[in-house]
Amino acid sequence: MSTVVTDTHSAHDAHDHHDHKPTGIKRWLFTTNHKDIGTMYLWFSFIMFLVGGSMALMIRAELFQPGMQIVDPHFFNQMTTMHGVIMVFGAVMPAFVGLANWMIPLMIGAPDMALPRMNNWSFWILPFAFMIMLSSFFMPGGAPAFGWTFYAPLSTTYSTDSTALFVFSMHIMGMSSIMGAINVIVTIMNMRAPGMTYMKMPLFVWTWFITAFLLIAVMPVLAGVVTMVLTDKYFGTHFFDAAGGGDPVLFQHLFWFFGHPEVYIMILPSFGIVSAIIPAFARKPLFGYASMVYATASIAGLSFLVWAHHMFTTGMPTFASLFFMYMTMLIAVPTGVKVFNWVTTMWRGAMSFETPMLFAIAFVVLFTIGGLSGIMLAITPVDYQYHDTYFVVAHFHYVLVTGAVFSIMAAAYYWLPKWSGVMYDDFLSKLHFWSSLISVNILFFPMHFVGLAGMPRRIPDYALQFADINAIVSIGGFLFGFSQLIFLAVVVKAAMKKGEPAPAKPWEGAEGLEWTVPSPAPYHTFDVPPQVK
Amino acid sequence: MSEQQPKRQDNSRVITRLLGSVMIMFAFGFALVPLYEKFCEVTGFNGRTSNTAATADASMQVDQSRVITVEFHTRVSRGVSWDFTSEVRSVRLHPGEVKIVNFYVENKTNRDVVAQALPSVAPGEASLYLNKTECFCFENQPLAAGERAVMPMQFYLDPDLPDHVHRLTLSYMMYDLTDQVRPRTASTNRSE
Repeated sequence: MSTVVTDTHSAHDAHDHHDHKPTGIKRWLFTTNHKDIGTMYLWFSFIMFLVGGSMALMIRAELFQPGMQIVDPHFFNQMTTMHGVIMVFGAVMPAFVGLANWMIPLMIGAPDMALPRMNNWSFWILPFAFMIMLSSFFMPGGAPAFGWTFYAPLSTTYSTDSTALFVFSMHIMGMSSIMGAINVIVTIMNMRAPGMTYMKMPLFVWTWFITAFLLIAVMPVLAGVVTMVLTDKYFGTHFFDAAGGGDPVLFQHLFWFFGHPEVYIMILPSFGIVSAIIPAFARKPLFGYASMVYATASIAGLSFLVWAHHMFTTGMPTFASLFFMYMTMLIAVPTGVKVFNWVTTMWRGAMSFETPMLFAIAFVVLFTIGGLSGIMLAITPVDYQYHDTYFVVAHFHYVLVTGAVFSIMAAAYYWLPKWSGVMYDDFLSKLHFWSSLISVNILFFPMHFVGLAGMPRRIPDYALQFADINAIVSIGGFLFGFSQLIFLAVVVKAAMKKGEPAPAKPWEGAEGLEWTVPSPAPYHTFDVPPQVK
Repeated sequence: MSEQQPKRQDNSRVITRLLGSVMIMFAFGFALVPLYEKFCEVTGFNGRTSNTAATADASMQVDQSRVITVEFHTRVSRGVSWDFTSEVRSVRLHPGEVKIVNFYVENKTNRDVVAQALPSVAPGEASLYLNKTECFCFENQPLAAGERAVMPMQFYLDPDLPDHVHRLTLSYMMYDLTDQVRPRTASTNRSE
C-alpha cells in the first residue's frame, strides 16, 4: 500500500519542485505551509507576550508603593483587564497553536495540516482581532476595565463603549481558535502516516487532540456569552439584568462553563511538551505512556464538572459547593499520575541538563506548586478567605507562567534547532533560564503571603502592611520581564542562522519522526509518508 | 490519486461533524439560559420567589412548634435617590401563619418614576416555601415626584419548610424602570 503512495508522490514531485515559494510579504500573506503558519503564530504570540508583559510591568510599577503614583485607578483596571485578555488569548493560546502547526504534521508524518487554506485564514484574522481590541485604548473612556472575566453587570451596565470592540474581537479570536481546533482534529484523524496508530502518537499530539475537542466544546459557549453581553448592553435584552428578570449570577455560570475548560486548554499541550522533553534528556522512554493518555482525557472530562469552584462565594447551596469541591479535588488524581510519571521517567535516567530540560524540570516543580495552591483553593470554606485575593493571583500565575509559559519556552529551545537549523546560543539560553527561574519566584511566591493576609486583587492601592512584600514582588516582576529580552535575543540570533549548524537530531535521546528530517526542516516534508513500525 | 479520493471525503465528513458540534455548543450556551431559569424555579437556587400571588389553603395547619425569624432587607439600585424601608426589620412567625408587613417608599427626586422591587431570599432553598398572597413586587410602582407610598406585603411560610431553616432573609432591591416601562394607569395596591 505504501509503495503506491510513494509512486504517485515521486511523479508529482518531478514537475513541482521542492521549496518553491513566493518571496517577500506575499509568502507570508498567502502561505498555506504549516511551517510558515506555525512560525507566524509563534512570532505573533511572542509579540503579544511582550505587549501583555509591559502591561503587567505597568501594574507592578503602580503597586511598588502603596498610594497612587503612576496611573489612575481606571487605567489600572484597563491594564489588569487587557493584560489578562492578551496573555490568555494572544500569547498562550496562539503559541500552542503555532507549536501544533509546526510539530503535529512532523510528528505524525503528514506533509502538511489537513486544511491548509483554513489554516492561513485562522492565523490572519488574529492580528485583526487584537488590533480591534488594542485600538479601544484610544476610545473615550479607554479600553475595557472590567477584568478579563468581564462579569456582568461590570461589562453591561457599568462599561464604556469599548465593550463592543471587546465583544467583536472575542468573536474573531473564538473563530480563529475553532478553525485551528478543527484543523488539528482533522489532521490527526486523517493524516497519520501508515502504522502511526493512535496509541503510537507522541503525547504532544495526543494532548493537542484532546485540547482541540475542548476548544470545539467551549469556544462557542464563550461566543454566546459575549453575544449576550453585547445584546444586554446595546439591544435591550435582559440575560444578566435582574431588573429585567435576568440573573447576573447566570453570567458567571456561563462564563466559567467556558472558563474552566479554557484553563486546561492552556495547560494540556504543556503536558505533551514536557512528556516529549523529559524522556529525551533522561534517555529513558516515558514512564506510563497509556496512563498519560488516559489522565489527559480524564482531566479534560472533569474540566466540565468543576466550573462553579470559581463561584463559591456567590451563595451556592451547601450541596452544590460540596459537589464542586470534591470534583475539583478529583482532578488532582490524574494530574498526580502525570507528575508521578514524569518523575519516574527521570528516576535513574542518564540525565543531562540542556536548556529545554531545565525548563521542563522547572515546569514539573513549579506547576506542582501551582497545583497544590489550586487544591487549597478548592476547599470551599477556606476559599471564602482566599477568594479574590493575591493568593488566587499567585495560584494561576504559577500554573500559567511557570506552567504554560515555561513549557512553551522549553518547547522553543527543544525544537529551535529543527526550525532554524542552528543551535541556540547556549550561554544566553542558560542565562535566560536562571534569571527567569529566580525572578519568577521572587515575583509570584510572595504573592501567596499577601494574599493569605488579605490583599485583594485588581486594586491599585493597598494597606501599608503589604508594602514590603509588594516592593519585592515588583522587583521580581521587572527582573522577569526584562529576562525575556534575553529570550528574544536568543530567538533572533537563531532566526538569523547565527550559531553552530544543528544536526538532524541534536538531542541524543530524542524520539520521534520530527528528528528524521534534516535541520532546518525543509519547506516540504513527508511528501512520501514514512512507515511507522 | 486513488489514495486521495477517500481521504478527501473523510475530511469533509469530520469537518461537517465538527462544525455541527460547534453550532450545537453555540445553541447550548443559549439553551442554558432557560434551563438555568427552570432549574432555579424548581430548586430555589437563585433565591427568587414566585411572581404570582399564592392563595393560602384553608386547610393549612399552623405549625405552632416552630418559630421562624424572617428578616427584611431593602435596597435601591445604584444612582437612585429614593427612600425604601420596611416598617420592621424582622418578624417572628409560625409556619402557616399569615403576616402583613408594610414597606415605605419615598421618591425624593422631582421627576415621576416607575419603580420595580425584585425579591430575593437567602438561603435559596427557603424561597420555595415563602408564599406571598399579596405583594407590591408583583407589579411596578409609579411614583410621582416627591410621592410617598405605603406598600403592603402579605405572606406566609409553607409548613413544609425544612426543619433546619430557622431564619431567612427576604431582600428587596428596587430598580428604576422609568425608561423601560410605561406606568400603569390605575394603581391597585397602593394606599396613601
